[in-house]
Amino acid sequence: MRKFRQQFLAGPYLVWIIGFILLPLAMIIYYAFTGSDGSFTLANLAAIAEDSSRSAMGLSLELGLVCTLICLLLSYPLAMILNNMNIKNQSLVVFIFMLPMWMNFMLRILAWKLLLSKNGVFNTILTGLGLGRINIINTPAAVVLGMVYDFLPFMLLPIYNSLTRVRKDWIEAARDLGAGSLTIFFKIILPLTMSGIISGIVMVFVPSLTSFAISQVLGGGKVLLIGNVIEQDFMQGMQWHVGSGLSFVLMIFVIASMALVNQFDKEGEGTTLW
Amino acid sequence: MKKKLLSILIASALLAALTACGGSSNKTGETITVLNYGKYFDPKAIKTFEKETGITVKYEEFESPEEMYTKYKAGSIGYDLICSSEYMVQRLMNEGEVLKMDYTGLENYKNLDSSILELCTSFDKNHTYALPYFYGTLGLLYDTTKVDADAVSSWNCLWDPAYKDEVIMMNSMRDTFTPALVSLGYSLNETDEAKLREALDILKKQRADDIAYAYYVDETADAMIGEEAAIALCYSGEAALAMEENDNLFYSIPEEGSNLWVDCWFVPKTCTNQDAVMKFLDFVCRDDISEINFEYVLYSSPNNYVVEHMDEEYREDPSICPPAERVEKCVIFTALSDEDAAVYSKLWQELFAD
Amino acid sequence: MVKKTCSRLYMALIFLFLYLPIIVLIVLSFNNSKTRVVWGGFTLEWYTNCFRNERIMSAFFTTIQVTFLSAVISTLIGTLAALGISAMKKRGKTIYLGMTNIPMLNADIVTGISMMLLFVRFMKLGFVTVLLAHITFSIPYVILNVLPKLSALNRSTYEAALDLGASPLYAFYKVTWPEIRPGVFSGFMMSITMSLDDFSITYFTKGPGVHTLSTMLYVELRKGVSPELYALSTMLFFAVLIVLLIGNVRPTKKAMLKTERRSL
Repeated sequence: MRKFRQQFLAGPYLVWIIGFILLPLAMIIYYAFTGSDGSFTLANLAAIAEDSSRSAMGLSLELGLVCTLICLLLSYPLAMILNNMNIKNQSLVVFIFMLPMWMNFMLRILAWKLLLSKNGVFNTILTGLGLGRINIINTPAAVVLGMVYDFLPFMLLPIYNSLTRVRKDWIEAARDLGAGSLTIFFKIILPLTMSGIISGIVMVFVPSLTSFAISQVLGGGKVLLIGNVIEQDFMQGMQWHVGSGLSFVLMIFVIASMALVNQFDKEGEGTTLW
Repeated sequence: MKKKLLSILIASALLAALTACGGSSNKTGETITVLNYGKYFDPKAIKTFEKETGITVKYEEFESPEEMYTKYKAGSIGYDLICSSEYMVQRLMNEGEVLKMDYTGLENYKNLDSSILELCTSFDKNHTYALPYFYGTLGLLYDTTKVDADAVSSWNCLWDPAYKDEVIMMNSMRDTFTPALVSLGYSLNETDEAKLREALDILKKQRADDIAYAYYVDETADAMIGEEAAIALCYSGEAALAMEENDNLFYSIPEEGSNLWVDCWFVPKTCTNQDAVMKFLDFVCRDDISEINFEYVLYSSPNNYVVEHMDEEYREDPSICPPAERVEKCVIFTALSDEDAAVYSKLWQELFAD
Repeated sequence: MVKKTCSRLYMALIFLFLYLPIIVLIVLSFNNSKTRVVWGGFTLEWYTNCFRNERIMSAFFTTIQVTFLSAVISTLIGTLAALGISAMKKRGKTIYLGMTNIPMLNADIVTGISMMLLFVRFMKLGFVTVLLAHITFSIPYVILNVLPKLSALNRSTYEAALDLGASPLYAFYKVTWPEIRPGVFSGFMMSITMSLDDFSITYFTKGPGVHTLSTMLYVELRKGVSPELYALSTMLFFAVLIVLLIGNVRPTKKAMLKTERRSL
């Protein structure tokens, strides 16, 4: 009897799940598979193959991959440096590198708009020094830069965490046995931090693939990602069915890419969280 | 200790949040939900209205008429009053979405310029549905340090490779199509897909050649003041605002002709409180409020008092008082049918697919 | 030695990359010049303007209301749910946790749109819909914070308390609560963080006249940048810094949880 009562405590949450998680998903699926006359159709899913959506999807994938790669290449060395630091307040240094993440997402983009715009801070300083100009505002490059800035901490932290779990004596043992630095890195450190890398990749790739605000603000209306196409379908084009279809495809895509990436996570660390 | 401090902090913030909740519900009485373009109504005037009448105004903004149409059609928000371009008003009128206006309470209606009211008859025969708010033209805002005044007398400057990365277009379908159609010699109300495709090719080339720097609407003034571009396609009022801040900026209506538009208030079917709405419209037409809003948006006002009391410098400003010979060449947009609108949207999306 | 210099340099470069935008915002917030990049002397004008700016202030208060109300409600529902789930058999647990993962795995834009589709059907968009959406995406963070504490808990202590005649409520308060409190607390902080930072979901579920800071900034950014926003960002940055220092909350926590959500 007592046990039954305690399970009952999840009741409100069950109501919430049904009302605000399952029902909305049902709605999006309903819209995705019906036309404006309410009849079943697959045309909305096929919309992804149309020129405009396909090129937006392609660009999103491209920018998402580039952004993820840059984040990885920037974060890994930094995480290693942080981990090898021999100072007392290592956590304070990590704190410093994480702090910008607590700024409002939009304000961080605003800052980059200011820095990059044609007569912005960078160009004023550069021309003042006679060094030419950076003209990347309103191009995909500016969007990638904004994404890297926004999502870098999500790559840094999991890698750093996994590095802290690599025990120093293993590395020393390998060195005593005659392994060089490269061998140690590729045979010990990299495999042991794989799960951190995977988490980081997923954490950065998913939001960069699906964002629409960064490309809108830093792309000057010229850089159209799949998120922008969906947003326009809902907010400007009055094409809710097509927008839902595209969202559904995007959802499947995200889940599939996460499943794919998790394949590499041999340790299956995530599943043993409990 | 720290925990305690934090819980006190949270508790007080929570209290603040709850009292703030209570504060807003304090003045409940009537509420109207108004949908308007961005930067198109002085917030101070809204405050005045709320204070005078006790009616709360929920104010929401949009960027392009197409966005307005979607927001309205979504049906998720019951708007009481909307202001938009005449062709969108016309489209909604055709769809039976617009209520007749009750003019009996509208004392300040007499303040409006009869010639502008006359203009409105082209889409609203008996003035039953739409009340003009501002009117203006579509034209070119240019920076004299980068462009000759001669160059901007024709739309063709927009496709000139000399202005690589220096041209701001509009993130608004029909407005961006207008220069392309007109420079081809077609009407800006063209609906023939083949002709529209010709216009699209021009716009695509402009994009491929990196002439287009950005597609903005409300951001144009800011960008031009910041000297980010040489030429911008924009509405006259947006240009007037920018010219106030930067003396090198001027406005031109190209001689091939352009679009003349009238933004009108209309009462949609979703309106639940027409009395309050009419009070609001009467307030909008009042001389002093028209003046406040005119100075805030700097579009041409249909209010006689505003026109009579305008500063001399505004009179000579082509963005506020366009020269008559150019206005004659300007055309009002006509509403698109559903099929034509779909063609436009399709082409618009294609422009950005590369 | 060279290696050390290199790593110091590398750290400095990344540090610069992360903080340069923030420093620029802070400097510009005191700049007495309308044009963005010319230094026109020191001023506090933008700060006073910021407090006088109706839109900024109302967005600020809406954000506080949404954040705290959603944090409180989601902490309540989430903690109760965690208590319930922990008492379940394996199958029920799996089903519940699977459901919990849905909003965490989905892209924000999809979550936002799906909720909008629902809300549009059954109610009017407004403050309440934003609140409901925020509660929905916050609950999982609470559950994920509380559940590990519960599974670490020794159930027999609680049962012993009952056997000794304590009422279930009293036993919970005396035995379970002290153990799970840190988890509940960090769940609460997490939902505050997530809700403060959210843009996409709010953007799709908000009604007319309702703006949180994120959506207000998005709208304002599309009209051009005004210096009041620099003042706002400076103040927010220091507010966050102070709260983090007082609360002794590690900023790493947020990324940690976000990380876990994907790898589940």
